Parts: sequence; C-alpha cells; structure tokens
Amino acid sequence: MKPAAFTFQRPTELSEALAAYAANPGAKILAGGQSLIPLMSMRLTTVSELIDINGIGELSFIEASEAGVRFGALARHAELHAHEEARRVQPMLHAALSHVAHATIRNRGTTVGSIVHADASGEMPVVLTLLGGTLTVASTEGRREIAADDLFIGPLETALESGEIAVEAFVPALPARHGIAFDEIARRHGDYALCGLGVVLGLTEDGGIESVRAGYISVTETPIVVDLTECFPDGIDASSLVAAGEKALEQLEPEGDIHASAEYRAQLARTLTARVITAAHADAKARLFQEVTA
Amino acid sequence: MTMSPTTAEPVETIRLRVNGVTHEAQVPPRRLLSDALRHDLGLTGTHVGCEHGVCGACTILVDGQPMRSCLMFAVSAQDYELTTVEGLTRPDGSLGPVQQAFKDCHGLQCGFCTPGFITTITAGIAENPDPDRAEARDMISGNLCRCTGYQNIVASVLRAAEIQREDAQNGDGEEQGR
Repeated sequence: MKPAAFTFQRPTELSEALAAYAANPGAKILAGGQSLIPLMSMRLTTVSELIDINGIGELSFIEASEAGVRFGALARHAELHAHEEARRVQPMLHAALSHVAHATIRNRGTTVGSIVHADASGEMPVVLTLLGGTLTVASTEGRREIAADDLFIGPLETALESGEIAVEAFVPALPARHGIAFDEIARRHGDYALCGLGVVLGLTEDGGIESVRAGYISVTETPIVVDLTECFPDGIDASSLVAAGEKALEQLEPEGDIHASAEYRAQLARTLTARVITAAHADAKARLFQEVTA
Repeated sequence: MTMSPTTAEPVETIRLRVNGVTHEAQVPPRRLLSDALRHDLGLTGTHVGCEHGVCGACTILVDGQPMRSCLMFAVSAQDYELTTVEGLTRPDGSLGPVQQAFKDCHGLQCGFCTPGFITTITAGIAENPDPDRAEARDMISGNLCRCTGYQNIVASVLRAAEIQREDAQNGDGEEQGR
C-alpha cells in the first residue's frame, strides 16, 4: 500500500507548473490528492513525476457574483461548501458538496480536482454538467474554456490535452423562479453513491412547470443530464413523477456490481427521481414566494 | 538531493512542524505523511489502518482541520502546523478534554482507531462546542471503529464538549485544540 517512487516538484508560480508539465507530459498534477493518492497507494496508477500545485496561491480563490460562482483549482470542497455567498448565488453547490465523501476528505480535496477526476460516481462532475458550467484550463500555449458538455468524454477521461492544467471552474447563478435539490443513496454515509441525482426545476410566472433537468450519479459511465420537462405538462403529481423515472431510465445505464444489482440501482433511480423532483419543486416555490414578497 | 542508503532512492530534506516542534527528516517524495510521522519522527500515536482514506485512524489536524495523513505526502506538508494525538494533552501532560472523555465514557476498547477519533473530535467540538447526539454522530461519521459499536464514542463526544465548556468557564482551556 505504498506508492511507487516518483520525482516531485512544488512550483509556487503557475507558469513554473505549466513549464514543468509541458516538459514531462507523463507527470501528474497533485492538488488535494484525495482520489489520486489512494490510486497511487493501491498501485492502480503510477506516475513518474508529481507536480504539486498546492503552493500556487493564485489558484486558491472563490468569487461569487450575481453571474455565478468562480473557484480556483485549490478551492477545497470544505471552503466552497461553507461559502455563504456562493451558496446564495448557486445553492446546488452547497447541496451537492454535503454529499462529497466525509468532512475530513473535504478539508483537503478540491472541487476542481474532483471535476477533472471525471468519476461518474462523483458528485461534482455531474453538478458542473447540470448547471452548464465551464472549466478553464491553462498550458504554456495559453488558456481555454471547456464547456461541461464537452469535458467528459469517458470514464475518468476528460478533454484536457497533454500539458493542460485545470485552473478554475465557473457555474452560473441559479436563475429567478428556479429551485434545486440533491440527494443520493449510499451504503454508508460518505461512501460512493449507489445512485444519486441533482435536479434544477424552473417555474413559469404563474407557478407552472417550465423546466425540469436532472443529473444522475453512478448510473452511467460519464456524467449525464436528462431533460424531464415533457413529463410535467400539467404540473407535478404521483403519475407524472413515475413517468419521469421511466423516462430517465431510458437514458441511464445502471450496472450491477458488488454493491448493488442493476435492477436495484434502477429502482433507486425511480425512487430518487420522484423524491428529488418533489424537493426541487418545493424549493422553487419557496424561492418564488421569497422573490414575489421581497 | 541525496540518495537513501537503504533504497538507493533520491531523498529530500524536509521540515515538518508537529505539535509546536520543528523536525527535520530525509524522505523520498513518496513517503506518506502518516509514515513520516511514525517512522521518521517516531510519533507512533498516529495509527495507520486502511491506508487509502476510508478508516480515519490516521487523521491528524492540519492547521487545525482534520485531514487523513495517509492521503498526504510528507513533502507536501511542510507549510502547515500539524497536530497529532500526542499534541492534544494539557500543557502539564495530563489528558486533554477529548482524551479524558474517552477514559470517562469507556470510548475505546482495543484503541487502534482512537487517535483518529481524538483528533477529529477535537476539531469538531472546537467548531461546535455543544453538539447534540445527531451532530456527534455526524462528527465521527468518517471514522471507523470495529470494537465499540460507537455508542460510547458518541457519549465521549458529548462528554468532551462538556469538559471543554467547563474549561472555558474556568479560563484554562486556551491551550487546547490547537
């Protein structure tokens, strides 16, 4: 349970890190390390060189504005989770981060790192996709933005090119008349979810259903968002919630493993779809009421 | 960079600040912080269980925040103030509030997981000085114990918070929870 030997660099400037990464594309970037270090310890991966970016102060920021929330590659899950303005602007961040591992892991792990780890069992890749966020990557060639829809191309695989370091992510603010909810089911608190989902639900001005989008965890190989709006032409009731679960399953690929059978995961997807849409609807109504009375 | 005499692997000289004392050690980059504490510094209070971040036995405080020492490399830990279970006694060497609470409430049996619980709870009651039972359970949810069934550990959390509040009233709690 010890990692294989590697060489180590700890730059204090982003330009140094980018140059080091360009010089050795086989190197790996170390931010929080809460996924990478176990993989190295279990020898599921070996790296020739580790570039530790924890000394690069400019990557450690969280900025919440009316447009949305922008956070750097060293923003820890715990910091983003506790950020009051970020929570006000885009409440999905706080709701989903509550489910990311345990508090102890969140103290070290970074949200950007979790996104580029691109595990479809992770919460934050799905959240970035659901919210229509973007990732900014940098290399010695310059910077570019990658939309979440273009970012996740396979299990643990992203569209980052050789030599590119993820430096920050952005999620837009929750629009007016919208609500959110997030829930998941895991064998143990803080463990990987057997199934989970986040929902963003929009209301029309008179309180009808304008949009329902759901992002699912652990039931596909890459983060997936399903538009369930068409299931709710006449509002939300028991039968439309059942229909939404079935509609979602058409696009999900729950697989069986040692933790849960495929059938059980599908059943969790049905149950959670109804539960989380109901919660998001209540959240949207509460926010609409606040907006109207404010 | 020099070579380790035993493994012919390059080593670096690092400085780790642990429990208020600066230590110097020669380690290869792959040395886990948990191993550096135990093997290089001889601080064997920190225990190593699963070594991949699940069990919580190796939890230490990094600038006061609980983190897994098996999920950090020693070379990455040089900028922080580290606190291990050895650093959680009172200044006179007697048991600190969380340690005393575990003794009072029989919060341990074999004791292997205990250092991780002590550090986690120290940070937990610093943040929430008056937890209820549900909050106490949540506080320790990232730590595994295979002996106790957790009942007495939850009781220890509540007792530790009580001792800490008594300390605060008596004005002698400033040294704790660094």
